[in-house]
Amino acid sequence: MKNNNVIEVENLTKKFGDFTAVNSISFEVKKGEIFGFLGANGAGKTTAMKMLIGIGKPTSGKAQVADFDVLTHPEEIKKNIGYMSQKFALYDDLTVKENITFFGGIYGLSRAKIKEKRSELVAELGLGDILNELVGSLPLGWKQKLSFSIALLHDPIIVFLDEPTGGVDPITRRQFWEMIYKSSNNGTTIFVTTHYMDEAEYCDRVSIMVDGKIEALDTPKNLKKKYEAENMNEVFLKLARG
Amino acid sequence: MKRFIGFIKKEFYHIFRDKRSLFILFGMPVAQILLFGFAITNEINNVDIAIFDKSNDVTTQEIIHKISASKYFSIKQNITNEADIETVFQKGKVHAVLVFENDFKKNLTKDNSAKVHIITDATDPNTANSITNYISAIIGSYRKEINKDISIEYQIDTKTRMVYNPELKSVFMFVPGVMTIILMLVSAMMTSISITREKELGTMEVLLVSPLKPFQVIVGKVIPYIFLSIINAIVIVLLSIFVFEMPIQGSLFLLALESVFFIITSLSLGILISTISATQQTAMMISLMGLMLPTILLSGFIFPISSMPFPLQVISNIIPAKWFILILKGIMLKGVGLFFIWKETLILIGMTLFFIALSVKKYKIRLE
Repeated sequence: MKNNNVIEVENLTKKFGDFTAVNSISFEVKKGEIFGFLGANGAGKTTAMKMLIGIGKPTSGKAQVADFDVLTHPEEIKKNIGYMSQKFALYDDLTVKENITFFGGIYGLSRAKIKEKRSELVAELGLGDILNELVGSLPLGWKQKLSFSIALLHDPIIVFLDEPTGGVDPITRRQFWEMIYKSSNNGTTIFVTTHYMDEAEYCDRVSIMVDGKIEALDTPKNLKKKYEAENMNEVFLKLARG
Repeated sequence: MKRFIGFIKKEFYHIFRDKRSLFILFGMPVAQILLFGFAITNEINNVDIAIFDKSNDVTTQEIIHKISASKYFSIKQNITNEADIETVFQKGKVHAVLVFENDFKKNLTKDNSAKVHIITDATDPNTANSITNYISAIIGSYRKEINKDISIEYQIDTKTRMVYNPELKSVFMFVPGVMTIILMLVSAMMTSISITREKELGTMEVLLVSPLKPFQVIVGKVIPYIFLSIINAIVIVLLSIFVFEMPIQGSLFLLALESVFFIITSLSLGILISTISATQQTAMMISLMGLMLPTILLSGFIFPISSMPFPLQVISNIIPAKWFILILKGIMLKGVGLFFIWKETLILIGMTLFFIALSVKKYKIRLE
């Protein structure tokens, strides 16, 4: 990969008619980083992320993900990234095993590879007992872990997590972040959006979007120093208030 | 008491601010009364008939004039040879053919009796009955008129024949209609529900981010319903042949081909509905109220289109089911080949392409 950046964004803009949702943002994400993409509701995070994962067309500006241009090669991007949606989108009326097999299949994994991955997941997450249970019957914490693992089935170089810890208790959130750390240690780049500011502390670097622009981009430590804040929550409040 | 009134006030706010409930409360009843009032009719109005006048004399002209003057019938065509009778029925242009024998007036004055032959298309047995009765009544009343000042009465013998459905079995009318409704239900409604379900659950987004191309997602969703619809169609045809003893006069292959065309038309409608529905409930409502109900009322399934007021007749043209029922009746009951139903087939194909193009356009707009 050239110059070690998994994501390169330059003046990326998205307008809906007169309204500018994403206003000329620029940043890079290095390989192996845990990058936190923060911002209040309505700041433009989701719109920006949609462009990076290939389902939104930019109005202007450039962005490259995994060395592919989002405007010209969104299909190639999709093959090389993992995605975990906010709703942990798994099929409730399919079993755990069937969900794994399905998603493995649409990412082009061979039958043998799917079987291998499935055994790995069973060992790692202790899925042995619930392989043949319908996903709908699983508690939220399990769905979350399963959703994350499925996003990584095809060993993508970067995985996009959209508010992955919504509605989940603090202990489960902590366990989930341990899964994220493990993945990052294995070399996967993590791009995560969240509005839990304490989770911002877990990231290598963090960007904060306010009204379509990136108002801050640095490590949590540096941001706290710069804004004389005790924690990321305070940093955010100071920024959002303007 | 005040708390209670406060609560009722809130309920009124809900109702008036929700466009959907306003539509159901006021729009739907009005639409339905109008629809039901005008569409549901067992009367006949302006029915197209053809005349085969072998005599062309004063008497036949008087009878023909009396018939065309009535609001019940409209003389569409004048036939000049025997073979045309079959053709004009196959083409579906007229509901009945009136045949006057040779030397009508001469026979009447000489032998005091002349013959009229009423041949009616009985693929719709109820209308056929009405048509035959009304024509007979008009001829009967003409006979009374000319018999007023004469001692020996003139007889006008009316011989009636029902073609395509001599026993006037109503199942002949229902089977094409039911088959159409079921194919449309399975294909359009189930497809639209299936696609909107993915949207509602959020899994559609995951599919869109995956390497699967959007058209693969749509086609993949649609294929199981094609299979199921084909099986449904086969079951219905088998049941009608063996349980209801309905004949399939035409080619089974053509029947299968046209059914597949219609299934695809319904599927494309289902896809279109899914692009304008955010939830499964919306999709179901649109399918039932916007598709099923008008289809049942205006497709000619139960109530003859020709008897409806003109605006409704025009609307019936945009309902795909209307064209497919014509095709089904043509193949099953009249045994026609592609030559007679090419127009209807082309219309179905055109509608399909239109729905697909519209769906693609809506989908692209959303991506922007």
